[in-house]
Amino acid sequence: MSVLNWIDRRFPATKVWNEHLAEYYAPKNFNFWYFFGSLALLVLVNQIVTGVWLAMAYKPSAADAFASVEYIMRDMDYGWLIRYLHSTGASAFFIVVYLHMFRGLIYGSYREPRELVWIIGLVIYLIMMATAFFGYLLPWGQMSYWGAQVIVNLFAAVPFIGEDLSIWIRGDYVISDATLNRFFALHFLLPFVLAALVFIHIVALHKVGSNNPDGIEIKQNKDAQGIPRDGIRFHPYYTVKDTVGVGVFLIFFTAVVFFWPDVGGLFLEAPNFEPANPLKTPEHIAPVWYFTPFYAMLRAIPPMFGSQFPGVLVMFASILILFALPWLDRSPVKSIRYKGGIFKFAIVVFAISFVILGYLGMIPSTRMLLGLEASLWAQIFTGLYFLFFILMPWYSRLSQAQPVPERVTA
Amino acid sequence: MPEEGVNLQKRRFLTTTTAVVGAVGAGFAAVPFIANWQPSQRARAAGAPEEADISGLAAGGLLRVKWRGKVCWIVRRTPEQIAELKTLDGQLADPNSIASRQPDYCANPHRSIKPDYFVAIGICTHLGCSPTFRPEVAPADLGADWQGGFYCPCHGSKFDMAGRVYAGVPAPTNLEIPPHRYLSDDVILIGADGGDV
Repeated sequence: MSVLNWIDRRFPATKVWNEHLAEYYAPKNFNFWYFFGSLALLVLVNQIVTGVWLAMAYKPSAADAFASVEYIMRDMDYGWLIRYLHSTGASAFFIVVYLHMFRGLIYGSYREPRELVWIIGLVIYLIMMATAFFGYLLPWGQMSYWGAQVIVNLFAAVPFIGEDLSIWIRGDYVISDATLNRFFALHFLLPFVLAALVFIHIVALHKVGSNNPDGIEIKQNKDAQGIPRDGIRFHPYYTVKDTVGVGVFLIFFTAVVFFWPDVGGLFLEAPNFEPANPLKTPEHIAPVWYFTPFYAMLRAIPPMFGSQFPGVLVMFASILILFALPWLDRSPVKSIRYKGGIFKFAIVVFAISFVILGYLGMIPSTRMLLGLEASLWAQIFTGLYFLFFILMPWYSRLSQAQPVPERVTA
Repeated sequence: MPEEGVNLQKRRFLTTTTAVVGAVGAGFAAVPFIANWQPSQRARAAGAPEEADISGLAAGGLLRVKWRGKVCWIVRRTPEQIAELKTLDGQLADPNSIASRQPDYCANPHRSIKPDYFVAIGICTHLGCSPTFRPEVAPADLGADWQGGFYCPCHGSKFDMAGRVYAGVPAPTNLEIPPHRYLSDDVILIGADGGDV
């Protein structure tokens, strides 16, 4: 391999390959939950490739945007396929990332020494949400327009500077051509920031090593060669395993792309097939499903002191509190497998609250459910969501943990 | 490099001052990029006042006018709707419009210059959706107590026929009233009041 030798003297190709793939030892007991990291990377690549292709025909102006999307859908060869791969990819991205984050939550992958892996991941999640928000304005449909109007107005609720801040974000007094054009530029930029952050996420992970369903540090038990006894090489073992995961994922993903791209209004909302009309709000507006848990929390908080700011604060706090997670969990063990009953119960309540908030964010806040108004249910589950974090320092210590085995289990 | 004879204190001072001057320069260099996001001269010019012809507006009807890209409503209220306003005070968050935004000449019970014509910016004070005009009394979805007004579909805020917000809904204040004046009995100028009305 003289070519490789020539390269290796000038660029550490073999060294990087070995460090991160061929000689990166990952715990041998990865299960189903460990597919979603590599799937998230796959979807990011899908979003960048299809997005660049869409940008070749899309026109980021208020006058032409809606028509250019229809042009892509109807007049370009396979334009519909590339757009549906992109729109379905957006929802798929959030599905795999939510599952990836839940994996981290149940197996304690945020605990020492992986705090930075968790925090970098949360920054990725924040940038992802910003990217999705900017992208949702681009089709310039009714839901694009009024969704952006509501979200930008969240910033107007900031005391004193809010009004000027929202005008600065829009570049106009209302959502307009100027807003659309800059959102397009940001929507194009941020995925490359994401790619860079994913790189940093993986570098941080490979420094400390992967966690596993048992929450055992495999580096504490090495053989004579210094190789973890419970570790296997990432390549070929996990590259092959992940390839199977990719195959199964693509079956579901392409089924949606080909047969059900709007998923009954969940992935593509009906009012967005109508061009933006600044004079008329649709009868019922709701964000896309991946934002609805946070939207439900926003709506749950009534105005205080003549300001909407408390609701906005609660919504942002619901995401920022995740950053504190590594220091809130005082349990002696990492994984749900060995945590006590109270902790297991708390995680179940938290997961149910998040899903129900997601549902509540989709329906009108005045609808009655089991005799109570939806907004009251939203207040109850917002409370449970926050209690999971706020009470964690106490219940994680109280909860009776079971002994952790020496070696990973099958 | 030999450290002998090196004045470390002086070196640290020079490094720090260079870094500080560089940071200030970077701060100044950021100004054009941040200011670039402000509304352009063209967007600012589009904020010019807008004339609305109300001669064709029937009692109980609503006219939409665009000013600064925002929707403005002109509603011609019926005598019954005007009479109803007084009875609602107890259900409202700010019945006397103390905390709400309107020109001084509209800070009255009917929130308008003339009692029958009501002018307002049709943007909810909650998060900026445009409420729907629901003049009918006691429709099925809004309940038997509904006396006509505006209902925001986004988050369920309710306003009466003078744009006053009901208590217990997300919107914190009454609908904003833009500066406006009558150029004649049939024409309203929205966006300017000449300061003399």
